[in-house]
Parts: sequence; C-alpha cells; structure tokens
Amino acid sequence: MAKRVSASNVTAYYGGFKAIENINLTVEPKTVTALIGPSGCGKSTFLRSINRMHEVLPGARVEGSLTIDDQDIYHRDVDVTAVRRTIGMVFQRPNPFPTMSIFENVVAGLKLNGVRRKSILDEAAEKALRSANLWDEVKDRLGKPGAGLSGGQQQRLCIARTIAVEPQVVLMDEPCSALDPISTLAIEDLMFQLKDKFTIIIVTHNMQQAARVSDRTAFFSIEKTGDPGRLIEYDNTQKIFSNPSVKKTEDYITGRFG
Amino acid sequence: MGETPHRSADAGTGGTRVTQSHEWPAGASARVAEAPVSTRSPGGDGLGGGGALPRSRKFGAERAFRGLTLAAGTAVLVIIAAIAIFLIAKAVPALRANTENFWSYEGWSPNETQPKFGIGTLAFGTVLSAALALLMAVPVALGIALYLSHYAPRRLGTALGFLVDLLAAVPSVVFGLWGRDIFINPVRDFSVWLNEYFGWLPIFGGDGPFGKSIMLGALVLAIMVLPIITSLSREVFLQTPTANEEAALALGATRWEMLRTAVLPYGRPGIIAAVMLGLGRALGETIALALTLGITFGISFNLIQNGGNTIAANIANAFGEANETGRGALIASGLVLFTITLIVNITARAIIYRRREFTESAA
Repeated sequence: MAKRVSASNVTAYYGGFKAIENINLTVEPKTVTALIGPSGCGKSTFLRSINRMHEVLPGARVEGSLTIDDQDIYHRDVDVTAVRRTIGMVFQRPNPFPTMSIFENVVAGLKLNGVRRKSILDEAAEKALRSANLWDEVKDRLGKPGAGLSGGQQQRLCIARTIAVEPQVVLMDEPCSALDPISTLAIEDLMFQLKDKFTIIIVTHNMQQAARVSDRTAFFSIEKTGDPGRLIEYDNTQKIFSNPSVKKTEDYITGRFG
Repeated sequence: MGETPHRSADAGTGGTRVTQSHEWPAGASARVAEAPVSTRSPGGDGLGGGGALPRSRKFGAERAFRGLTLAAGTAVLVIIAAIAIFLIAKAVPALRANTENFWSYEGWSPNETQPKFGIGTLAFGTVLSAALALLMAVPVALGIALYLSHYAPRRLGTALGFLVDLLAAVPSVVFGLWGRDIFINPVRDFSVWLNEYFGWLPIFGGDGPFGKSIMLGALVLAIMVLPIITSLSREVFLQTPTANEEAALALGATRWEMLRTAVLPYGRPGIIAAVMLGLGRALGETIALALTLGITFGISFNLIQNGGNTIAANIANAFGEANETGRGALIASGLVLFTITLIVNITARAIIYRRREFTESAA
C-alpha cells in the first residue's frame, strides 16, 4: 500500500507565471519526505502537482513527467479521479465538510467510490479513525458535526478521511500550521505510524518539524521574487540538517535567510 | 508556494474571523468619539489617554442610532398589525353575508343580493399552479445556477448571469400578455399532443378546448420565478469554501460528485430560501395568471383544458365590478392567500432550523 513517486523535469505554471522549474526527485515507499524552503518557492505547487490538484485552478498547468511506480499520472488515458484516490491529500487548514457528521466525513471518500453497505462503512470508519488516533475521542459522537471538533481533531478527522480510501501516497500541505503545539505533536506522532503503510510527503515551514518527522528532506528555493522555484538540495534529513552540501541550504536551515 | 490564489482560503472551515476582526476597529472608533477633545491635543498623551478616564456620554450618536433602529423595527410590527386589522375588518361583514359555505362552495358571486362565494377552487388553483411552476422551474434554475457558478468560463458565466437577472426585470404584465397571445400557441399544440397520446391520464384528459389552462399559467409562472431562484442559488453556490471543494476533489470526486458532496449540501439552506422566495412570488402572482388562465370555478386536476383560477388572479379580475360585499369577499380571499404564504414560510424556516447544528458550524 505504498508506492514510489518520481518527478522528472516537472515545471508548473499559473497562467503565464512559471512557479516551479525542472524539479527532479524520487520519493521511496514508506518514507516521510519533507519539502522545505522559503515562502513562494513552489513547494506547495509541487505537492499539488503530485495528485493533479494544481490543474484545478484556472489557467494552471504542469509539464514534465510524474510517475507512481512507473505509471505516468499525467498520461492522456489516466483518470484524474483515480490519481487523486491513489494519492490522498491533507490541506493546510482543516477542511471537514461542514454539513456532514464525523462519520459521514470519514466515509465521504468511500461513498464517492460507490461503497454503500453500512457494515463496510462502519468498519472502515472505525479503522480510519483509529489510524488517525481519533477514535477514542469521537466514538461516542460520530453523528455530531465534524466542524464542531477542535482544530487539531478536525485535522486528524481530515487525515482519517484521506486514509479511509486507502491511498498509496499521502500528501500533507503544512498540516500543522493552523494548530497548537499539542495538536501538532499528535499529528507528528501519527505520521510516524502512518509511514508503515503509506508514502508520505509533507510541506512544512517548521524546520524542527521537518527534522523530527522526515527521513528525507528536499530544499526548494527561488533566486528572487518572480523567478520559478527550483529544487536546491535533496538528501537524507540528517545530512541536510547537519552537513548540507549546498551553501544556500545551510544558510536557510541556520536561519541566515528565508 | 502557499501563495496560490485560493478564492476564499480563510472561509475554510468556519473560523471566528468575522467577529474577531470587528472587535478592535469598532471599539476603537467608539473610544475616539467619546474622548474629550483635550486629550487629543498634539504633544499630549495621544488617543490612549494619559489622564483620568472620561465619563461616558449621556447622549451621543450611539444612542441616537439605537433609537433609529428601534423605530424601524417597531414600524414593521405596526404595519403588519394595521394590515391584519384592515383585512379582518373588511372581510368579516362579507363572510357574514355569505349564504353558502366559504370553504366548500364552488363559485364566486358575491355581488348578488344573495351573495355566494367559496374559496376552495381559488385556493386549489393557487396552490396547484404555484406547485407546478416550481416543479418545472427549480430543476432548471438549479441547473443554470450550477452551470454559471461551476462550469461556465468566468466571462460567459458573468454574461449569462446578467441575462438571467434581466429576465427578472421583465414586468409581469408583459409576461402575461406574451403568454396569452404568443406562448399559448405552442402550449396549445403541445396540449393537443398530450391529450392524444396521454389522454388516458386524468391530468391530460378532456375534450378541449385547450390552451388557456393551468399548464399555460404554470409555464409562464415558471419562467417568472426562474431568475429569482437562479440568481440566489448561484450566489450561494459561489460562496462554497474552496477548501471544501478541494477536499472533495482530492478524495477523487468528479466535478459532479464534488458538487454533490460539497456544494449542494453547503448551499441547502440557501436553496430552500431561494425556492421559498420563488414560491412566494408564484403564489402571489396576479396579472400574469389573470391573463393566461381560463378563469373558471371548479376543482379539477386537469392541466390542459381551458380553466383554472387563483386567488390573486380572481381579485384582479373581479375587483373592478365588485360592490361592498364583493370587495369584502375578495379581501377575505386575500386573507386566505396571506395564510397560505405564511404557512409556506414557516415550513421553510422549520426545514432550515432542523439542520441548524450543521449549518451554524458551517457559517
């Protein structure tokens, strides 16, 4: 249940604006990879290219090739909804469906895939909520609105919703930036457990977080505003944070710029 | 990276930003208004005030404004009470003079020396034509609204939205005349066709003549309520948080599934409100129906034969030659129409209220 993600020469545009250029990177299965870098360097754009959410925005497009286990996800014959089911995504702000209960939120993805049997849904919901470390907190109020939970619980609900459809890869776009430190810790713990099953790619502004949770780290940067973001260095997290081989990476992680 | 143009990233999942962002500026300006002039002197302690706190004012803009809003609120109650008193005072004598049962008599002759009139046929026609009109208008309106908000390219969407709003600006008498003189022809042909092939259904039965029927009235009504429902639901659909739409898409939803998972449930209270406004207009519509219906008194589900009448159309048609009792009878029918509309509105509120736990946390 985990696949390798490879990007080669990925370039993404917003209309006429080139946001990232020639990104080459391979993410191994069952690892956590952190994407770090200053604001506007294209790490979220790259992340959204991986499950084809980038092209949802008007005028946005992607060039180059992105594969999961050697299957080109941008191939003409590939069903984009299948790509997004295979590569799940957790967003920056918790975004449970406001009109749905906790239970309905968790099984929303399954229902979209045509699962109707109550027993299957019940089982999948419990499994996903347990995996997201949320079961004990919500098991007595599954019928209550998902939006009534605290921010950290909502984010774990969104993670449960994402993993309920059993994707191969889970993308997280600054999943903790709207959360308090305790909730952040809960989600970081969760990432450790989830990488047994999934390939995880996380965008974060918090370098301690990158150092804590990830196996590999990719550093993105831009020359100046308006230039496309590029991948500067990609290596084991330990190497990046102790002995980076590019001067710019070192400047960034030691806080000298960005 | 995070600077991607999210349409309403903040609207995400129901934060408290609206109330928070208001607190400081509102409070600040109130303080400024109340601060004595002396503390504002240049070189003084600034707006924060260094000396003793100033006393609150006995009378100021705050209090005057509160009075104004209170007066406006009270005016609504006074107007409603005045209307109710007027209607009842005029209706009661006519109802007393009625020699037939007001609820069950099928006919309307209140101007005779022995006044006879019944509301049943009119109320039935009102509800039937309005319900039919909504049945036809709502699916089309929601379809247009979804197309304008989520499928059409932005420029086309704006242009089409403007056209729909233009449709709302056409006066109802124009709709009525158009329906009576032009639209009636295709509707009559269609009715004849329906009668020929589906005549075994009571609603399409009968021997004619066809044309000035409930069908024509309801179709014209449907066209009239279409723009209201469309533009309101379009607004509601556009307000769906992008975060929720993206959540659905990221779960592998197709566009239609995204609309069903995120947009339609989010817009539900708004859709209900839009439909109720449309229903309100359909129930109260007067001149277009006075011109397009066959104006008969009888309760029949037949949709295509000449016939049909509504409370409002009957008032328009009969008011001119009504005597004292006749006017009272028409006012009594107006009272019934008012009650029907009220029931419709209360029902709509109840539907919205039932799901408030979910809609409030979504707000």
